[in-house]
Amino acid sequence: MFEQIAFYLFSILTIGLFLVTVLSNNILYAMTSLASGMVLISGFFFLNGADFLGVVQLIVYVGAVMALYAFGMMFFNVTKAVKENNTSNVLVFVLGVSIALLMVIMFAAPISPEVIFASVSPEPNATNPEAVGLVLFTKYLVPFEVAAVMLLIAMIGGIILAGKKMDQSLTKTDEENIIQKDIK
Amino acid sequence: MIGLNHYLIVAGLLFAIGLIGVIRRKNLLMLFFATEIMLNAANVAFAAISHYYNDLSGQMFAFFIVAIAASEVAIGLGLLILVYKKQGTLDLDDLASMKG
Repeated sequence: MFEQIAFYLFSILTIGLFLVTVLSNNILYAMTSLASGMVLISGFFFLNGADFLGVVQLIVYVGAVMALYAFGMMFFNVTKAVKENNTSNVLVFVLGVSIALLMVIMFAAPISPEVIFASVSPEPNATNPEAVGLVLFTKYLVPFEVAAVMLLIAMIGGIILAGKKMDQSLTKTDEENIIQKDIK
Repeated sequence: MIGLNHYLIVAGLLFAIGLIGVIRRKNLLMLFFATEIMLNAANVAFAAISHYYNDLSGQMFAFFIVAIAASEVAIGLGLLILVYKKQGTLDLDDLASMKG
């Protein structure tokens, strides 16, 4: 009973919030609704018994990714509404839904549910984080290490890309920048 | 009773919303938001399948998707800042400088 209430509440709220993200013209509205949608997505994970995944979703998405977007937005002009030369909304909706349906029909429909079987069943007496740790550090150890290296590369790449010419302001005009350089 | 199909339908709806955003958006930052929605929809489907088939592989794939999304945002925002410094705009129509 409570599971049903929670499921429908979470699904309606996430769909509504993500629709705001997709359709809003204001970057701040889009970002805040995306962040709250991410929080509610973690509710789906808790409902499915994937406790550790839910916590990771909260920490990584809501904590790190949205903070990174918030920092990135400081570089862009966000106070004015985004002006976009949009094509007709009906066409976009029809195209989006039909592409999603087409992908499901192409890739998911040929798989019959009887063929799927569990290859990595969790330990019977372990809590979810324990079971995840046991599988992650045995069967998925190599992908885990590769993901660690990938995150390191992404961090270095992000620092190098965003760190160039950090001493110059984006919002000031060129003349002010030149004056600042001369003072130095 | 909530079954696997309920979760898969919600995941499909979220994915379609993300796809609509990718098609509709002209601002690069908003395009990034739409891709995040699509990645999250895939995560919901993975977690639900992992629960109903009693198999941890789905959760593992969801973890790697989260890692990939994090690194994608780090690199992507760096590139966006470079584009904004160079062109002064993030609009895709204004960035179309390679018209034949």
